[in-house]
Amino acid sequence: MSDNVYKPHTATITDIQLEAGGGRPIKTITMQVDDVSVRESFYHKPGQFTIISIFGTGESVFAIASLPNKDGIVQVSAMKVGNVTSKLHELEVGDKVGVRGPYGNHFPLEEWEGKNIVFIGAGIGISPVRSVYQVAIQPDEIKKYGKVTLIYGARTPADLAFKEEFKAMDTRDDLNLWLCIDWKFGPKGPTGETAAEGWPAINMAAPGETEIPDGVNKFTCFVPQLVEVVKPDPENSIVVTCGPPIAIKFITQALEKLGWKSDQIYTTLENRMKCGIGKCGRCNIGDVYVCKHGPVFTNEEIKNMFNEF
Amino acid sequence: MSKLLKKDKLKDLLGKLSDTGFITYGPVEKNGTTLFQKVKGDEVLLNFENSSKPPKEILFPQTEKMFDLTIENHRITGTIEVEMPSTPILLLGIRPCDARAIKVLDKLFTWDSIDPYYVNKRERATIISFSCTQPTMPLDSCFCTSVGGGPGSGEGADMLWTDIGDAFLVESLNEKGENILKLGEGIFTDATGDQESSTNAAKQKASDAIIRKLETDGVPEALEAAFDSDYWTEFAQRCLGCGICTLLCPTCHCFDIQDVLANGKGRRERVWDSCQYPYYTMHASGHNPRPEKMFRQRNRVYHKFLYSEKNLGLLGCVGCGRCISGCPVNIDIIEVVEGAKEAMR
Repeated sequence: MSDNVYKPHTATITDIQLEAGGGRPIKTITMQVDDVSVRESFYHKPGQFTIISIFGTGESVFAIASLPNKDGIVQVSAMKVGNVTSKLHELEVGDKVGVRGPYGNHFPLEEWEGKNIVFIGAGIGISPVRSVYQVAIQPDEIKKYGKVTLIYGARTPADLAFKEEFKAMDTRDDLNLWLCIDWKFGPKGPTGETAAEGWPAINMAAPGETEIPDGVNKFTCFVPQLVEVVKPDPENSIVVTCGPPIAIKFITQALEKLGWKSDQIYTTLENRMKCGIGKCGRCNIGDVYVCKHGPVFTNEEIKNMFNEF
Repeated sequence: MSKLLKKDKLKDLLGKLSDTGFITYGPVEKNGTTLFQKVKGDEVLLNFENSSKPPKEILFPQTEKMFDLTIENHRITGTIEVEMPSTPILLLGIRPCDARAIKVLDKLFTWDSIDPYYVNKRERATIISFSCTQPTMPLDSCFCTSVGGGPGSGEGADMLWTDIGDAFLVESLNEKGENILKLGEGIFTDATGDQESSTNAAKQKASDAIIRKLETDGVPEALEAAFDSDYWTEFAQRCLGCGICTLLCPTCHCFDIQDVLANGKGRRERVWDSCQYPYYTMHASGHNPRPEKMFRQRNRVYHKFLYSEKNLGLLGCVGCGRCISGCPVNIDIIEVVEGAKEAMR
């Protein structure tokens, strides 16, 4: 009998970072597989996912956030929303969890050399997008690509994850960073004129016509409007985007307005899963299993799927 | 050449198999229904309606321990040990439709990744199908002949036994079947040409007795076209969402994985699940890709008649009819599929 794919390897939590507070806090949790002999089998590429066990509570699926490594280091960013993620948020450095994987396909970074890349993340969707951009923006790596742009939005300033990393990125001149927070946070909502302090408003009716003051890259608007403000050029370019299904829909529409084709847009789908290996059912979209055939797809592939997102 | 097993010798055969370590599961009558359970010999039903629950549960149990867990102060102590038994299993008397369904499960549970729990049991199992030639069969809801099977089909089985009165005509279909013949040496006798012809006649008669038909030509094309049709709203209106159609289906294989824990001792379990339940697909965020009954019923029909063939190369329906006879509100998969074809015409 070969190895049992359902048997998790125990791992020890080595680091916990609170990335965002607010009602649904996000923590980035780093763990290392205990058994030295299996560490190498956890080598992963950006876009792949892992299944984490909190023993006694259950398993959940996470996009792997760590850089590719052969040291059995697995990092995930988890928003506190369900049973397993709530328990995960209670754990401390030194605690044991179980990990299995990595599963699924990956973002084909190797095919994108010489192209411009635009990363677009909405909400917790930034986590799988980060798994790709943190590889692409390594000093040695970023030279392989053209212009690199990062667009990210969350509900409120408190919900913005990876703040320290973004501060560091903001000082770099080899990448373009754009951030936004939702109108829900403002006193008047999407049609109001009032924005958060230090986060100027975008003209929601015609975002593309908004005049951008020099040096400002943080706004009050939704991510799709920010895309229309930034106006990324589709020529020889790739988009990597992830977010809630509704955000992806409008981000795609915004990109299409700017002339982007659906085979230039990559995303990762995160349907509910249990097994991770195409047995338990639930993650299918038509005959496509997100766990096996994905989770990374181009919008062109998604367009050919049955409409049940 | 076919063999013969006198019905009064069945007990001897099972005894002999038991001596060599076999655990036999066979059809028994319990509380008015046929069920597959561990049997010794006498209690095996030889003339029975198909079981209300498919025998898939012997290879893919309703609840199955994956491994034990010991937890102290929220921390796991000890190692995770997975037990994989080696005792041979005899699955006696399953219907040809259910044996064909096991072929679908075989494909699924070895689809790129090996599911060790299923494959362990499957490798240990020898499957003996009983042709549906007894007077109790076929049932009104049977339609195996429309989906590639038949009451005398040996597909998916290692042996096929056909009732010819006071004996079974025994066809061995592969090495596992040969092994049973070897272990039962002296118990099986040679069948005559007459017995073989009466077996074939009985199979043909059973096949002719199947009244329900589903015309599968054009079904994949119709389903491809019908996905966004209002038709699904209409037929799913009376669905209660109880999930019995999936739980009784011999090819349905969806499961959940749960940790069950009390006082620090417990286990990780795999339990049956169903695409008919809203929580099955619901994201942690509350978003649900299949929020309405119509989407969930549509998924069931599409999985059987479109997705399974694309992914596993086999139709996901074997025509056992359990989803028809078991549905509390008379949703009939034949009518549903033919209705979809009609709606797209």
